[in-house]
Amino acid sequence: MTANKPWWRPDGFYVYAVLYLTFIYLPVLFLPLFSFNDSKYIAFPLKGFTLQWYSEMINNPSMLNALANSVKIGLVVAILSTIFGLLAAKAVTRYRLPGRGPIVGFIMIPLVIPEIILGISLLILISLANIPLSLLTVGFAHLLLCIPFSMLVLVSRMEGFDRSMEEAGLDLGENAWMTFWRVTFPIVLPGIVASLLLTFTISFDEFVLAFFLSSIEPTLPVYIWSSLRFPSKLPATLALGATIFLISFVIVTFAEWVRRRGVRLESTSGI
Amino acid sequence: MNLDSIIDFQDVSKSFGKVTAVDQVSFDIKRGEFFSLLGPSGCGKTTLLRMVAGFEVPSSGEIQIDGQPMSVSPPNQRPVNMVFQNYAIFPHLNVRGNIAFGMRKSGMRKSELDQRIDEILELIKLPGYGQRAAHELSGGQRQRVALARALIKEPKVLLLDEPLGALDKKLREQMQIELRQLQKKLDITFLFVTHDQEEALTLSDRIAVMSEGKVLEIAEPNELYESPSSRFVADFIGAMNFFEGRVISQDSSKVSIATNLLGDVITTCKKRFPVGTRVWVAIRPEKLIPQFNKPELEGTHLKGTMAASAYLGDRSHFYVHINNKEEPVLVAMQNLERSTTAVQASQNVWLRWSNSAAIILERN
Repeated sequence: MTANKPWWRPDGFYVYAVLYLTFIYLPVLFLPLFSFNDSKYIAFPLKGFTLQWYSEMINNPSMLNALANSVKIGLVVAILSTIFGLLAAKAVTRYRLPGRGPIVGFIMIPLVIPEIILGISLLILISLANIPLSLLTVGFAHLLLCIPFSMLVLVSRMEGFDRSMEEAGLDLGENAWMTFWRVTFPIVLPGIVASLLLTFTISFDEFVLAFFLSSIEPTLPVYIWSSLRFPSKLPATLALGATIFLISFVIVTFAEWVRRRGVRLESTSGI
Repeated sequence: MNLDSIIDFQDVSKSFGKVTAVDQVSFDIKRGEFFSLLGPSGCGKTTLLRMVAGFEVPSSGEIQIDGQPMSVSPPNQRPVNMVFQNYAIFPHLNVRGNIAFGMRKSGMRKSELDQRIDEILELIKLPGYGQRAAHELSGGQRQRVALARALIKEPKVLLLDEPLGALDKKLREQMQIELRQLQKKLDITFLFVTHDQEEALTLSDRIAVMSEGKVLEIAEPNELYESPSSRFVADFIGAMNFFEGRVISQDSSKVSIATNLLGDVITTCKKRFPVGTRVWVAIRPEKLIPQFNKPELEGTHLKGTMAASAYLGDRSHFYVHINNKEEPVLVAMQNLERSTTAVQASQNVWLRWSNSAAIILERN
């Protein structure tokens, strides 16, 4: 469109894009900025460069404990929701399933229910059932939230490849199980990786459900929220926030890269 | 059970809900034969093939492969292999990986298998392509890999589901010749599904013509073309002109038919018809020979007027009105000489044919 146009004479779209990106990323960039600032107060002007807040973060066992909790839940939730998502995706795309539409709709409902409603309902249900709140209840809620995401990713992947691939596996002498491992799994693998990373990130970042359903063992977002009340703890939280931002960014970028690579392989192998 | 037959269909039916895809089909395929299932889309030919492969289970009836009943065997336990319509080359494996896929349980040593794969790559004319990734192959190459992947299993029957449909015309014709040569060389029975009648005629030893789940006729290509047994088959294979007629008389060798357009037709016919039976007289377009000058002898030719014409390079098609009330008759003429003069619409044309060109078919 404007390939030959010099960059210093931007058109409307260019200005719009710059404003948009600034709006999204500027606030986020304050996190790392102030995490290196040698002052307890988050305000301009900046004082000086320090790694003090990062060392404070590392030397704070309860913060690291919360981080470990979040990673633990994230890993378990990512693996379980991807397994369930894969099974559901296979059922939905490969079998003549009576009531397919309603079943899929039912699984997808957590996507559209506000998390605060989901959190309250689960809290009521769990206390009615006399189940003590713990990391387990948080994990369960995250699983509920993550399965539809996992399923969305995997259904599109399963629909993207031809069913006759699996028939060819059977035809060439493998049973259903080995055909799954030798044909379906490798072809769906980019989707599985993307699902693992996506669901881990969702669980890791999730606050509302974790806030409602955790007890004395907080997840990281809950811990951060609680430490916001103490100004002295804030810079270390910023350091942690910057770290999480970096990790999330890397994970999501990697997931997207894997997904696109899969799509590209698929499309170039089309007839 | 016939020792010559490799596949035996016994009263095979398949329904999907209320739709009957295959309707009480019984026939057998002989060992070493190139057998085609031919019919319009939705005639049940692919369903029949998929039942042989084991992807569909017959609703009733039995399919025997080499004397063994197969109805309950899963696809991975049948001595047949399939070349899929879209080839179904595994995208995550290279050519060698695709070909070796089915050999996991063969008990071959690695070196032995490697040698076998090299041989089969030679056979399908892709030597040195072993390390190519699936997405680096052209349509024709994918087709060859799909063939190799199935043939290395040494199936008793190779099933081919419209494998040439996705190729362009030139490549398709070349692959037809290669498929035929391959089949003769390997002496494996091929069961080939196609909707392309020309392809079926080119390749097959025998053809089964299917329509609406039933097998209408099984015959060799030239018999199917020259002496079809029903109007559907005559119409589906090639082009055909049909004329209404009525049997006047029949003796041991000849039958006489009265027709409105052609006058009295006397030809040979194996079937016996009572006098007065309503029949079709069918004549292929290329067996009507046109001429544009008034013939010297009256009565030997049929006079008509040109309704339309189409120039196809090697031949021309003429649509000729013999009687304006009737459908025009299709005439195909080989363009044996170079000619630049176009045929004029509504010009007179005289047609002749030999009596033996006329096929007599039942009319209901």
